[in-house]
Amino acid sequence: MKSFVFIQSEAGVINKNSLEALCGIQKLSSRPSITAITFDEQSVETLSGYNIDRVLHLKNPLLQSYNPLAYVEAIQKIIQTEQPNLFAFGHTYEARDWVPRLSARLDIPFISDCTKIRFENNTIFTRHIYQGKIACDLTSSSETTILSIQSGSYRSDEVDSGSSATVENQEVDIVEDKRISQEDKFQESKGTVDLANSDLIVSIGRGIEKEENIPIAEELAQAIGAEIGSSRPVVDYGWVPHDRQIGSSGHIVSPKLYLAVGISGAVQHQVGMKGSEAIIAINKDKNAPIFEIADIGIVGDIFEIIPKLTAAIKEHKQKS
Amino acid sequence: MKVCVLVKSVIDKDSRFEIKEGLVHFDSYSDRTTNESDNYALEEALLIKESSDQDVEVVVACLGSEDSSQSIKDCLSKGADRAIHILDEKFNSLDALSISKVLKNALEEEKFDIILSGLQSDDIGNGQIGILLSEHLNMSHASLAMETELNGAEKIRVKRELEAGWFQWTTLSLPASITIQSGINKPRYASLRGIMMMKKKPIKVLSSSDIGIELNQATSLLEQSIPKKEKETKFFDGEADSFMDDLINSMANDLKVI
Ligand SMILES: Cc1cc2nc3c(=O)[nH]c(=O)nc-3n(C[C@H](O)[C@H](O)[C@H](O)COP(=O)(O)OP(=O)(O)OC[C@H]3O[C@@H](n4cnc5c(N)ncnc54)[C@H](O)[C@@H]3O)c2cc1C
Ligand SMILES: Nc1ncnc2c1ncn2[C@@H]1O[C@H](COP(=O)(O)O)[C@@H](O)[C@H]1O
Repeated sequence: MKSFVFIQSEAGVINKNSLEALCGIQKLSSRPSITAITFDEQSVETLSGYNIDRVLHLKNPLLQSYNPLAYVEAIQKIIQTEQPNLFAFGHTYEARDWVPRLSARLDIPFISDCTKIRFENNTIFTRHIYQGKIACDLTSSSETTILSIQSGSYRSDEVDSGSSATVENQEVDIVEDKRISQEDKFQESKGTVDLANSDLIVSIGRGIEKEENIPIAEELAQAIGAEIGSSRPVVDYGWVPHDRQIGSSGHIVSPKLYLAVGISGAVQHQVGMKGSEAIIAINKDKNAPIFEIADIGIVGDIFEIIPKLTAAIKEHKQKS
Repeated sequence: MKVCVLVKSVIDKDSRFEIKEGLVHFDSYSDRTTNESDNYALEEALLIKESSDQDVEVVVACLGSEDSSQSIKDCLSKGADRAIHILDEKFNSLDALSISKVLKNALEEEKFDIILSGLQSDDIGNGQIGILLSEHLNMSHASLAMETELNGAEKIRVKRELEAGWFQWTTLSLPASITIQSGINKPRYASLRGIMMMKKKPIKVLSSSDIGIELNQATSLLEQSIPKKEKETKFFDGEADSFMDDLINSMANDLKVI
């Protein structure tokens, strides 16, 4: 078996999710040959220190910064000439933007956002559906299969190191296509809260139902001495400002306590809070994925539980 | 100008299900709703229509069974002009690449200037259809749009969301396929007048024979299951009063957070 892992990297800074994908491929029980492929010259040396067979650095000025149409063309050529069995990516926002296009161009399947890959006669791809509630095992009969690995599914610090990788620099021809042009990346002005340094966070999800109910959660936060965080929909509805959003497109936090109220625990939310020291979740649905990572799971209606919990915490604090 | 919105009807998030012989079965009376990000995509199309000085037609396209009809009608009630419903049992449970090929065949002759779709479906969640279609139809593309600016009849500028609060503006030559992120706008509700007008709006139904496509799907489903837990969870269930003392005790002494 022959596999490729695409390494997303900028000026020598390798995307962690790409390394997680590499780790996933390395851990396959019948280990395939592995080529790490990158457009970033500055990451070649680091990559050659991993336990892989080859580092392939593709060179073309159009690949210097993100350019979806140029990226598709470069990788399309590599897949056509090298015909790997697996071509893996980290499931980054950048991969979301161009890898489906590669799949359509080559007419080969792209199994996106996998949480696990394993080998049993055939490669088996596990991905979650219904917002994390159900796991689904798939196989592919295609000569080449493209896959992406969900952020956090493997550990980047478990990538095996090695010293036998060969390094290959290859020029690639690309016809410039100007239909898509990118401006510089920017960050919207930061808000005033510093969630990344908060020790205690009470986070509000769509289960809160309406804006008028938010004070219930705020009182709980006050009783604990916690900051307020939230899931994305609550920000989308305009109930909580954007700078309180936790998750892949908001903040990544790791407080001593993360108390999630009415949050289902979709992966894009989990990415932002999985590293918390203690996680408590209140949710009426016992199957909610948030419970998969919770230390304490309270199954029930937040409107019944929160006021009682708030009162009990106040009482406890007075006593101690 | 012609704008297409891809709309998927999905099973409601709160639906109960069980796994039988490695396959998920939902309660037969589960509700269906329009996929969350698709509502934002429709709203963006309607905003483009309303703010443009050109004539803009908004067409909803949906591949799905009979029970997708409500989602289609909702879109028409909110202001879409007409709909295309691709309806055929043969198209149940297709993978992303196959869905995109069906949509390509169904939509190609419309020659849309812009296709808007949700960034991800809440059920299968491939996060791919809008981008796959851009390649099939030779359009430019952008994903995770958080703002759009139509510049005349040739270009559209799109603010793309990146990870961790970063953004990037991208300019696309039309035709373009753009996937829409939730929160880009405030989706409207249908008005009573909209609901009345909906009844006169055309819904074209296409079957596999209208579409004429041979699908050789490479991926296949082995098994579905409940995901494994990563942590040992201490559960509190039932009447709040019955477990509150224990809970406080756990928070204070096990987790040491209060
Ligand atoms: C590219 C991308 C980026 C994203 N970025 C983020 C991000 O940064 N942050 C983020 O949070 N999401 C993000 N999302 C969205 C994410 O996929 C989920 O849709 C979102 O996290 C769901 O939020 P929620 O849990 O609040 O809502 P839901 O999923 O609707 O969950 C609500 C929960 O509340 C429970 N509930 C309802 N009523 C009650 C009650 N009375 N008592 C107790 N429980 C109740 C329900 O059982 C349910 O589990 C992103 C998605 C994509 C595709
Ligand atoms: N069956 C379908 N019919 C119409 N649009 C769809 C369908 N499946 C997916 N889409 C669109 O493509 C988006 C992404 O879906 P997915 O690639 O399944 O995550 C959805 O938000 C819809 O806008």
